[in-house]
Amino acid sequence: MTHPIPPGARDILPEEMRELRALQRRLAEVFESYGYGEVATPTVEYDAVLSLGDLRGAPVAHRFFDESGELVALRADMTVPIARLVADRYGDQEPPFRLFYNARAFRAVRPQRGQAREFFQAGIELVGVPGAEGTAEVVEVLASALDAAGLGRAVIGMGHAALYRELLREVGVPDDAAARVLDRLAAHDLVGLEEEVDALDLEDGDRRMLTVIPSLRGGPEILERARELGEPVRRATERLGATYEAVARRGVADRVQLDLGLLRDLGYYTGTIVEVYDPALGHILGGGGRYDELMGRFGRPLPAVGFALYLERLHIAQAEEERLAREGEAP
Amino acid sequence: MAARASGALPRGPLRLALPRGALFAETLDVLDRIGIDTAELRGDSRSLVFEAGDLVLVTMRPSDVPTYVEAGAADLGITGKDVLIEQSDREVYELLDLRFGSCRMVVAGRAGDGRALAEARRLGAVRVATKYPRIASRHFEGTGRSAEVIEVKGSVELAPLAGLADVIVDLVDTGRTLRENGLEVLEEITQCTARLIANRVSHKLRAKDIDPLVERLREATR
Repeated sequence: MTHPIPPGARDILPEEMRELRALQRRLAEVFESYGYGEVATPTVEYDAVLSLGDLRGAPVAHRFFDESGELVALRADMTVPIARLVADRYGDQEPPFRLFYNARAFRAVRPQRGQAREFFQAGIELVGVPGAEGTAEVVEVLASALDAAGLGRAVIGMGHAALYRELLREVGVPDDAAARVLDRLAAHDLVGLEEEVDALDLEDGDRRMLTVIPSLRGGPEILERARELGEPVRRATERLGATYEAVARRGVADRVQLDLGLLRDLGYYTGTIVEVYDPALGHILGGGGRYDELMGRFGRPLPAVGFALYLERLHIAQAEEERLAREGEAP
Repeated sequence: MAARASGALPRGPLRLALPRGALFAETLDVLDRIGIDTAELRGDSRSLVFEAGDLVLVTMRPSDVPTYVEAGAADLGITGKDVLIEQSDREVYELLDLRFGSCRMVVAGRAGDGRALAEARRLGAVRVATKYPRIASRHFEGTGRSAEVIEVKGSVELAPLAGLADVIVDLVDTGRTLRENGLEVLEEITQCTARLIANRVSHKLRAKDIDPLVERLREATR
């Protein structure tokens, strides 16, 4: 007779735990070498506090009442608890704040998808350094973390959370139609996106621009190609170009793939966004970006940027890369 | 930092998942048109995996295609829009409308029994038999009617004839099967055609291989 555990949860046995801990240590060493300090926050927080984050992209899955009748919840990510921590614990100190975490988070899972209800995340938050410089620092730390994890082939996709929305506004698409187009982009439905764009009352050039942009991904040459699509695109990609240059000055541009169609599902992102891919795994290893408005919701308006890596996926990709290397399929 | 990432992207053949069944013949025709030799797949081979030039072709049930593509077990896949709507929570890129395999997703019921839907509504919930429980639920919810959705695996047409359900939600091509079973279309839900989908990671890391293939397929299906 066995005793079931909830779907999406699992036990970790010594062999795997040893490897996960080794991976956590290597990541922690990287984060510390860049001056980031580790924090821990409560696993259970007040629901009202977590709700200041984003309920759509990383919805809180587990809510319950504590003994005094307060509604509490398990955190769905670490960014929101750390925003609270920075606002409340460092209220009298001058930014910037450099913090990292190795912690578990909890989300609702869809059945039979190999998704975990409870999972490890490793990541950093840089609070108080605005714009391209702050983002470039975080991208550099991310690149070093991927190297430390043995994922030399991993790629950092980089886009801008507001880029496509701004383009729609610049060419005069009304808000309700823009919302429909953005909805298709968020669903990765490029066929539906083209249908929505075709139905818009626009000049052919603008219509073409809106259908081409979501597929533009690659090296710095795609910024050139994007600029040829007209003045609105030139303006909208200026900040992304500046961030890319700042990343290049730090010597990690070769890890970055620019992606004008990138859209993360977390609503609190305001600027540059990143996603991490490794050819050995079909799932995204992690992601992040600038969230310059979230801190303000906690009463301490500060620009901020960070990323989170899914530790278990990193571990699987690492094992897969080692296997491929043994079999001589990868360099 | 060594220059590795961009120089070391995966180079092996792209894996393309193909739907066996109703879309299979037209899928192979389209691949032939862009110069991919599908002769081996047209025989009565029991093999599931075929090498064809720059591609590895893997064959499966249409409803399994999004599963393989989402997990990265295939880089690309071809399947019906009906499958994609039913499994709309799959995180895959939908890249191209291939414009073949055109069908309608409909609500159908016994012919001449035009009041079936109204009658069932008066009695509370419409009983709907379907292989597409999520599409059916969404359609009836979206039109303000409560429905009791009954999932069946085999011939859906049997359900209203045998009294299991008031109506069915199913994909119809010519409508012949409906007519021969004394059923007729009551409502159209949406049009469906074959679509090309891609894994999210493959779409990013293999852009240089995927984009030209998408363009060839786009031209071959216009």
